[in-house]
Amino acid sequence: MINDNLIAVSILDSLNMLAGGLFLLTAFGIVATRQAKGTLTLFITQSLLLAVSAFLLGLRHSSLHLYGVALVNVVAKAILIPWVLRKTVHEEVYTRREIDQVLNIPSSLLISLALVIIAYFLTIPLQQAIAVEFRGPNIPIGFAVLFLGAYTLAVRREAVPLLIGLLAMENGAFFAGISLARTLPLLVELAIATDGLIIVFITGVLIRAVHQHIGTTEVGAMARLKERTTDEALEETGQ
Amino acid sequence: MIERIFFNLLQVLVVLVFSPLVAGVINRLKEIVQSKRGPSIFQPYRDLWKFFQKDEVISEESSWIFRATPYIAFITPIFVTLLIPVLTDYPLFFAFMADMVGGGFVLALGGFFKTLAAVDTANPYGPMGASRTRMVGFLAEPVFIIVFFTVAFVADSTIPYIVQKRWMSPPSNFLEPSHVLLMAAFFMLILAETGRIPVDNPSGHFELAMIDESKMLEYSGKGAALIKWGGYMKLFVLLCIFLNVLVTPWGLAYKQTFGNVLLAVPLVLFKIFIFILVLVIIESSLAKLRLFRITEFLGSAFVTSVAAMLMRLFSL
Repeated sequence: MINDNLIAVSILDSLNMLAGGLFLLTAFGIVATRQAKGTLTLFITQSLLLAVSAFLLGLRHSSLHLYGVALVNVVAKAILIPWVLRKTVHEEVYTRREIDQVLNIPSSLLISLALVIIAYFLTIPLQQAIAVEFRGPNIPIGFAVLFLGAYTLAVRREAVPLLIGLLAMENGAFFAGISLARTLPLLVELAIATDGLIIVFITGVLIRAVHQHIGTTEVGAMARLKERTTDEALEETGQ
Repeated sequence: MIERIFFNLLQVLVVLVFSPLVAGVINRLKEIVQSKRGPSIFQPYRDLWKFFQKDEVISEESSWIFRATPYIAFITPIFVTLLIPVLTDYPLFFAFMADMVGGGFVLALGGFFKTLAAVDTANPYGPMGASRTRMVGFLAEPVFIIVFFTVAFVADSTIPYIVQKRWMSPPSNFLEPSHVLLMAAFFMLILAETGRIPVDNPSGHFELAMIDESKMLEYSGKGAALIKWGGYMKLFVLLCIFLNVLVTPWGLAYKQTFGNVLLAVPLVLFKIFIFILVLVIIESSLAKLRLFRITEFLGSAFVTSVAAMLMRLFSL
């Protein structure tokens, strides 16, 4: 009986690690994918994997709260957020490819690898500071995805992938969080999810407005627009 | 002892006999997907037979490298066959002669001589294909090395027979993330290394776009047959490493009896058939990448393999 239990726990741990590994891969994918649609799909996969990990940890520690986290995640991030994004942002944005990232993709991937290694070394002292039962692969992976999201924010030049980078950061923080705070009240969870939804909604509307006014959602091109003063603009139109 | 030597030679025989069949089945399935009938699955055997009947033409300007290459390309996969589990899950006579890194070296030696032979003739397409192969090769090399490092890190060994045991007991080892990510990275490597579709088009006939095929344009007769057969065997050997060591370490002979070993033959062929189905789906649904996009493809393979190693670190 005890032996069976041990085997079940070890399989659950393996599965959780596997979800973590795939979670990390989707973050790499978000850094490297050119198409906005592709990043959105990867984000949905990532959120589902986060939910899977929460569910498995819930089974492992028999914690009802983690089931709640999984449910909230699936509903908010895998269904509502993509739906809101598809509704608010113009379809044309999704079909376009982003050619001019700040760095080319292979070097981006290498830098991302370095970031993951840094995340590992950063979390060693953290792992030692907390109680044994809270330690696990979730913490370094969560931090790594947090960093990769931040890196996406730094190198991407299209509005939608930037937003996805921001959301990936949140996913990473959550992934680390579910192994630390197993009895987080569901209310907090819901509040965060609603927050994320509203951020996506506002940014989506903003992207839509920018797209309508300027005809592009390339954030990289917007620095140039800002530098032109009113006088120069008037001169150019010949007034 | 005698038995083990015999089984080892039986493995070589299986690889020799069945490797053209694998190529034939791939071609036939691809044609079926394109709603054509396609050639018979035994066509590669007929091709080889035909090539062996024909006279060989060798350029006067070529050196001994050009003449020796077909034999080297034919022999190297056979050497690797001696090292890897094709039919049995217990180590055979030659199993400890070299590890996976050694096997990789031997396979790379065949590739190296093929590249040299392509440069050796004055055919303009040969050197072009050769330099492209080198480009794919040096991008694939770091992935290979990291995959072997990770295997050694996880399984504490690079002997394929021992590595294979590691994934089976206890069964939760099979689901280990480093294992799953290794499979993904190794799969991408096989596609690149055997010139399959996202990297190279094996059935393309346009010399300017060729990577792997253009190296053997100058060969005829027996030389062409040996090189082709060597290519089939290389694919077969890589599939055996991938399937028997990494993906499905089950279904191999575990008893030292003749019947048990023979029973493993259809099982291994079945596994390879399933893999071929996946390969055909990929080849029929993806387009060949532009040459400079190969960097991104192998870059993602590299990231996957390093992620596999990192996942091992995370779980310690």
